[in-house]
Amino acid sequence: MPTTLQDEAAIVGIGQTKYSKSSGVSELALACEAVSRAIDDAGLEPHEVDGLVTFTMDSSDEVEVARAVGIGDLTMFAKINYGGGAAVGLIHQAAMAIATGAARNVVVWRAMNGRSGQRMGQGVSGQIISSDLIHWSWYMAYGMLTPASWIALTTQRYMHEYGATCEHFGQIAIAQRRHAQQNPNAAGYGKPLSMDEYLASRWVAEPLRLYDCCQETDGGCALLVTSAERARDLRQPPALIRGVCQASFEGQEQMTSFYRRDMASLPEMELAADLVYRQSGLGPDDIDAACLYDAFTPEILMQLEAFGFCKQGEAKDFIQNGALEVGGRLPNNTHGGLLSEAYIHGVNNIAEGVRLVRGSSCNQPEDVEHVLVSSGVGVPTGALILGKMP
Amino acid sequence: MSSKPSRIKPPLGPDNAWWWDQVSKGTVFPIQRCSGCGKLRHPPRPICDACRSMEWNWIAASGRATLHSYTVIHHPAFPGYEYPILIALVDLEEGERAISQLVDCDRDAVRIGMSLEARIQTDADGFKLPVFRPVA
Repeated sequence: MPTTLQDEAAIVGIGQTKYSKSSGVSELALACEAVSRAIDDAGLEPHEVDGLVTFTMDSSDEVEVARAVGIGDLTMFAKINYGGGAAVGLIHQAAMAIATGAARNVVVWRAMNGRSGQRMGQGVSGQIISSDLIHWSWYMAYGMLTPASWIALTTQRYMHEYGATCEHFGQIAIAQRRHAQQNPNAAGYGKPLSMDEYLASRWVAEPLRLYDCCQETDGGCALLVTSAERARDLRQPPALIRGVCQASFEGQEQMTSFYRRDMASLPEMELAADLVYRQSGLGPDDIDAACLYDAFTPEILMQLEAFGFCKQGEAKDFIQNGALEVGGRLPNNTHGGLLSEAYIHGVNNIAEGVRLVRGSSCNQPEDVEHVLVSSGVGVPTGALILGKMP
Repeated sequence: MSSKPSRIKPPLGPDNAWWWDQVSKGTVFPIQRCSGCGKLRHPPRPICDACRSMEWNWIAASGRATLHSYTVIHHPAFPGYEYPILIALVDLEEGERAISQLVDCDRDAVRIGMSLEARIQTDADGFKLPVFRPVA
């Protein structure tokens, strides 16, 4: 019988630092604080952790974190590529390791001085002629140096084909900012947003305005993954991994999949949806809340379609009447998300998914059985469904 | 020598240097073509995804294209570029899609589907790159 990842592992620990614009500490310190807190939250000891996973973009190596935190032997360690596309991939690695016995307790993390240190969108350049650098070179020469500029092209085409408008994007920004008013660790806490303010905000890359773009954040977030069996005996209500996958689709590029016939949809996210629904035996009707990756507001619309919550092009209608807020059809990013809580590359969205299953979100909807979480949009990505332990 | 900053130059490796070299020699828009099956591919890559031949040549595109999508970049502003930048994603007549810049076009006149033609722009430092403008 082949091993599947359905119901094999659970997330039982969350650790996060303060999210700020200037941490004043090293990225290694942020990583260690987040990892240490995740271990504490689960009620485990550092020496019980035998697997560590982070992003290729993370500046702290697994062994540096292990040595600093007092984690002993490691039997699995990995780094996942593609920026925010990696977030769910970390959980995928951890679940595979646990299901196969390669590790028993795996901590995954992302920690970054994303505002005070190396910022996103400062252009890409380098000295070594790698295939990655050649890829970016087609855009650099023309001045397309930021994630906003790349996503803007996809967004413009999506608007052209389906009639979505900036007001629809504004509705998403405002809903998530409203969620952040209950989250003291959120960048948007105490700063509600109106449609007038949204529409008056400056252009970044048309059709994207300032408030369509996520935060730049200093901070770290870690999660502890263990077996479903062990999870039953630990301190926190487990968030069982009902399904988890990575997905990259034909013609995939990193942020610039402009060369497919149809660029107004997210085929890699449709593949992720198909995989995670089949693995879990669940479908969109079973999903009670979501943390869809939200580096940019239009990504939410396109993902609602990719995950089958509505038909292609109809997400602008789906989101009306508070559908993405508490009490609506699909409360989404109830912590504020990358847009209004922090940009910890999507790992903080997984943490909120865990809180929603635990029943401890700062905007907890009633009766949450299953939560869908996605990784980066426009990159090789992944999807995760968390659920209550039966 | 002018000290004015100029645009970021593409790093040149075996898979892309020929393209920029052809542009510098005056080819308005080169497109890589598989020697095995004739399939066009842009941006250039070392192997054909249809027949897996690693032999290739190139053709000069007609320069005629239509606008598939666009963005207007305002922020952040990097040295060496003039803002706002009108970026065009174009469908070349030959069937390939390509990133470029839209010039000689008022922002309010930009329409997806509009007809464009390529020309080579030469920067103050002599660097050449293809850009597109509306067909009159």
